[in-house]
Amino acid sequence: MARLKFLCDADRCIECNACVTACKNENEVPWGINRRRVVTINDGKPGERSISMACMHCTDAPCAAVCPVSCFYGTADGLVLHDKDLCIGCGYCFYACPFGAPQYPRVGNFGGRGKMDKCTYCAGGPQADNSAVEYAQYGANRLAEGKLPLCAEMCSTKALLAGDGEIIAAIYKERVQRRGYGSGAWGWRTAYKEGLAV
Amino acid sequence: MMRRILPLALLLLAAPAAQAQQNAQEPAAGAPAVQAIAPEVGAGRGGTGGGQQPVTTEPQAPTGSPTPEASQTTPPQPPTPVTPIPTPAPFTDRGQSDAAELELRRALRGGMIEGAVTIPNQTAAVLIQPEGRDWRVFRNSTLGWTGAIAVLGMLAALALFYLLKGTTQIESGRSGRSILRYGGLERANHWMVATSFVLLGLSGLNLSYGRYLLRPLIGAEAFTSLTFWGQAVHQYLSFPFTIGLAVMLAVWLRENLPTRTDLAWLRAGGPMARGHPPAGKFNAGQKLLFWFVIGGGALVAASGYLLMFPFTLTDIAGQQWAHMAHGIMAMLMLAAILAHIYIGTLGTEGAFEGMSSGRVDYHYAKEHHRLWVEQEMAKAQEVVAPPARARSAGAD
Ligand code: SF4
Ligand code: SF4
Repeated sequence: MARLKFLCDADRCIECNACVTACKNENEVPWGINRRRVVTINDGKPGERSISMACMHCTDAPCAAVCPVSCFYGTADGLVLHDKDLCIGCGYCFYACPFGAPQYPRVGNFGGRGKMDKCTYCAGGPQADNSAVEYAQYGANRLAEGKLPLCAEMCSTKALLAGDGEIIAAIYKERVQRRGYGSGAWGWRTAYKEGLAV
Repeated sequence: MMRRILPLALLLLAAPAAQAQQNAQEPAAGAPAVQAIAPEVGAGRGGTGGGQQPVTTEPQAPTGSPTPEASQTTPPQPPTPVTPIPTPAPFTDRGQSDAAELELRRALRGGMIEGAVTIPNQTAAVLIQPEGRDWRVFRNSTLGWTGAIAVLGMLAALALFYLLKGTTQIESGRSGRSILRYGGLERANHWMVATSFVLLGLSGLNLSYGRYLLRPLIGAEAFTSLTFWGQAVHQYLSFPFTIGLAVMLAVWLRENLPTRTDLAWLRAGGPMARGHPPAGKFNAGQKLLFWFVIGGGALVAASGYLLMFPFTLTDIAGQQWAHMAHGIMAMLMLAAILAHIYIGTLGTEGAFEGMSSGRVDYHYAKEHHRLWVEQEMAKAQEVVAPPARARSAGAD
């Protein structure tokens, strides 16, 4: 079985935010919630890099480990999904997540922050595949249709790669060998406990 | 009718315009019939290429000067060797940080990888915060074990204590007379704090241990409802709890200031002492508990409100610290209050009445809080039979 991952080639990302827009549109994400975002480090300085970041679907996911109601589950493809019907909006997963992926519809914690929302790798949730309920709660289930997440599919420079970890790593390595440099796979060390040796 | 006229009218309007376009394509009157595609070199504007062309492009030696051949006879020299200049790193690769290395460094030394975002939610500018992993270890193991050891350990210790010592009896037996120990406000406030504390404690413990203990028993959905209401209760009851602590501080502060008697009480062995070392309204043990509850309560309240209004005053690291302080302090307070409950009920005969009816047996008071009883008696004497001098002064 494939182990699905994201990889953002920061040497290609031009901070166009198309992935952010694609995600919002495809999944009808509510206002104020960003499942994916583009962070620019060293903005305006040498070594400036933009990285598109969302849930990395970690190995041994910290969010799942701390959730007081255990509402996370893993899929056969290595994705980390959650059941919104069980979430109580406590905010713990945000404290544990290294990437700030979990998002909440309400700002305060008073009486709960609403159902947590995060990137599903365009794979929906525990409801029946591509049902109306699933769409309303989690957004599109492209994976069930045999498609990859729209953010990566839509990336104009093909900086954001989605797919089987080994395949996207190979693509990235080849790129780095050809052009002679690369800042590495952002978040891989933290999410998958392995860097990407080129 | 209208429909048919409209296209017709449009056609009529368009006709003169089409005519004008046709005219524009014809050559202007007076221009040559065939024009060169590009003007030729040296040709004048509109000319036909009859202009003078240069014979050669080589520089012409001025007439009469020596021929330049003499200076051109030097044989070609081999190129002098130069140190090769290394190609600089590609411009895009300069000052580049390496993702894996940066993440490793942050994971080892702490700190976040931060940048800039173009969305209003500025907390999203944190790209990677490896501290999340430490917080996870705290929540899942440190806090769990600390709490389990503190609470279960205290229960075990109390059970052992009870088995060994049993209930501390009133030595001289009940007197049948009572003395007022806690007024209505003191008791009402105590029970407000006590009720909220118990519920806060239970809902808090549920957040830490419920998924291991309760969830398998009652099922995921029921457990979610329970935990959801539990955390709502936890948040609303924080107010009576905090207010009650403030009232306790105001009402009992004076009687809880440390005195010399407390040192003597502690030196005599405190709760383990043979007989009863003298104590005021509160003995040193009660005073310690008071200050522990006030201090700990202030800490849990402050950290709890930070958690309740996340990211208003702190960033992600601050939130994690608030949670850690909250959790550890709450577990310790639970253990301490278990001891308090034991001493106030099972452990000491006659103690609980103080908090239920407010009046305790005279002998109980005399044994446990002698100095306080003496004080109260002195006060009562003054009311019943004021000193003679005071009376005569008032009578005159
Ligand atoms: S990136 Fe965050 S939300 Fe996604 S699996 Fe990892 S810890 Fe969980
Ligand atoms: S916010 Fe929801 S998903 Fe996240 S830890 Fe709390 S209950 Fe679990």
